[in-house]
Amino acid sequence: MTTTTLHPAALTDAGAASRSCETTGLRVCLSGQQFIKLNAVAGIVFLLLGGIAAILLALTRWQAVHLLPVDWFYRILTFHGLNMLIFWILFFEVAILYFACTIPLNCRLFSRGVAWVSFGLMLTGAIMTDVVILQGKADVLMTSYLPLLAHPLFYLGIILMAVGTLIGVFNFFGTLYIARKNRTYEGSMPLVTFGALAAAIIAVLTLLHGAIAMIPTFTFSMGWTAEPDPIWYRMIWWGLGHQSQQVNVCAMVTVWYLVGFLATGAKPVNETICRGAFVLYILFINLASAHHLLVDPGVGVTWKIWNTSYAMYLAVLASMIHAFTVPASIEIAMREKGYVRGIFGWVGALPWRNPAFSAAIISLLIFGFIGGITGVTLGTQQINIIAHNTLRITGHFHATVVGGTTLAFMGLAYYVIPLIFRKDFIARPLARIQPWLFGGGILLVSIGMSFAGSLGVARRSYDIEPAGIYGPTTHLFLGIMGVGAILAVTSLFLFVGLCVGTLLFGKSNQGRAMEDWGVAVAAPGIKQGTLDVHWAMKGTIVLTFIFLACFAVYYFANWKALADVWYVR
Amino acid sequence: MALLAPPKDWYHPAAGAERLWIGIALVWCFVMSLMMPYWHFRGKQNANGTTYTVTPKDYLERTEKFVAANKVGDLNGIPIVQPAPGTDIYLLGRMWNWYPVLKLQKGETYRLHISSMDLQHGFSLQPVNMNFQVVPGYDHVLTLTPTSSGEFTIVCNEFCGIGHSTMIGKMLVE
Repeated sequence: MTTTTLHPAALTDAGAASRSCETTGLRVCLSGQQFIKLNAVAGIVFLLLGGIAAILLALTRWQAVHLLPVDWFYRILTFHGLNMLIFWILFFEVAILYFACTIPLNCRLFSRGVAWVSFGLMLTGAIMTDVVILQGKADVLMTSYLPLLAHPLFYLGIILMAVGTLIGVFNFFGTLYIARKNRTYEGSMPLVTFGALAAAIIAVLTLLHGAIAMIPTFTFSMGWTAEPDPIWYRMIWWGLGHQSQQVNVCAMVTVWYLVGFLATGAKPVNETICRGAFVLYILFINLASAHHLLVDPGVGVTWKIWNTSYAMYLAVLASMIHAFTVPASIEIAMREKGYVRGIFGWVGALPWRNPAFSAAIISLLIFGFIGGITGVTLGTQQINIIAHNTLRITGHFHATVVGGTTLAFMGLAYYVIPLIFRKDFIARPLARIQPWLFGGGILLVSIGMSFAGSLGVARRSYDIEPAGIYGPTTHLFLGIMGVGAILAVTSLFLFVGLCVGTLLFGKSNQGRAMEDWGVAVAAPGIKQGTLDVHWAMKGTIVLTFIFLACFAVYYFANWKALADVWYVR
Repeated sequence: MALLAPPKDWYHPAAGAERLWIGIALVWCFVMSLMMPYWHFRGKQNANGTTYTVTPKDYLERTEKFVAANKVGDLNGIPIVQPAPGTDIYLLGRMWNWYPVLKLQKGETYRLHISSMDLQHGFSLQPVNMNFQVVPGYDHVLTLTPTSSGEFTIVCNEFCGIGHSTMIGKMLVE
């Protein structure tokens, strides 16, 4: 810590603790690099743990297999939720934050000491929580709804994780501050950093909610204070639980823009619109907590409708904007390279063999067409009656968080390891198919869950047989979920194996550019014409209108399904 | 150029297809916003509910009184209760059963009270697939009108401990 503070802030200055990137020509902060590595590796380890849990769960809910005994099912379910949604995602996001504030801004990391404290707390918290869960002292599921009560160390572990992450976010803000103060970069910050900043601001609000919900629960579990109100707990906990997924959305969209740039040279058609959409996330996404309370007692109907409509839909608008601007930027980049034929003539020339690029595009499609459409529909106040706590909810968020965020982060790793760890990937043909396998698997998981949920199957339930009401169609959809999970988890193991194998046995690329995954190249022999950038993205226009049509059909089909159930006021 | 600084004059108002899309998306968001209040006034399914706070002990007493006054039979050890249409009816969730079995009439309206004795539970009526959260300490009152008849199953869809998946109840409508 004392040594780095002597270094100048700008990485390009003489004496800066930095190196030159042989691939991009950018300066890389050595401290930033170290903590990107640490956090990314920790994240991938927790992804592996969550993946092992995932396959055990899927093979239990696939009623024909029904693998685990009942106590271990709920234990592993608790384990899966926390390792995937909290540990894997937060570690990887801290890595992304450290990247976004140092390298693109040409600035050193604010403090190594703070980064160590953050990493230490996060790791301690995550391990503490996992150990308590596996000891069977916290079979309360990820949400730990009161009056369910876990061992105090379960809550303490989550609190340490949240505080550690907050400290990491503080390091990000500190770096932005010294970058600005020392003028390490000119003009406005790059879009990647801007997107990461939006994620960081939402993360602060999210983690504060986590602390507010968890600290009184921890003190209650110690016997020091009275039991917090269960409805209050639900409301505040979902300020953590749902809002943290909006951090993911921001980080994921940022990765889409970044990978689009790396693989095709795409740049936003209009920076103002992209940035404006991120601002909408910051302002309005925090109301998403309400989605979990739509059929709850204790909160009024006006509160429910207000929080799920007026302001909330401005965050939906933000996602719909990115759904246009990301593909538009890629399409314009391709058309500028000479692929101007027809509406989709440019699609075939995209670098599909680049696993980072294919991961980003599959992530965008799954997130938009499945995750986004189902999320907005299920989050409609009245429609929630026919969806709450069924497998439809799980089907929704496996499309957003797994098919969307996790797949986008996996894609990014195909650049992080060569550029930051400076090792070229082993078994590159396997890496090229990994995102397709993962996306296909998760698609089946999501579809299987969604349809089983529509047939009334509850989420978080060990066994559907005691009800005695579920027929062969239900079992078929649970089977589809199971097969999808086998594909997705196989692909996850493949991803982890490729990453670990590369770190251990990959060829070093120090002193040369990374081995290229494949980028979009200019069409040979075609003269570049001038493009009307405002209307040239014809493929994107068609794609987004198809998206809107799917959205509207699904949305109104759900109102129709609702109209068929019993009357209730 | 997501990774590099934007050009100095990056501020531009929306134009062309982007502007058109933002306009259409905004209109769609308005449509979705208006659907909820519209359904609130015109639709038949609204999870408005009324909530009272209640201690589990008091709620159990009320339910027992209700059962004693309206009991018509037994189903697997759980009393079957046939209340008069238009009245307040009580359902209680606890680890791990639903109590009592309600026998209702199609097309009649009831004020259904739901609460929990212990942990949170999920009231999931199958196969109609209607779902409501059940929270201890809160009496969740829904004005319910069955529009189909037969034997219905109440599945618990909020995790409530090891016996959660066996927490199955019945509701009869004739």
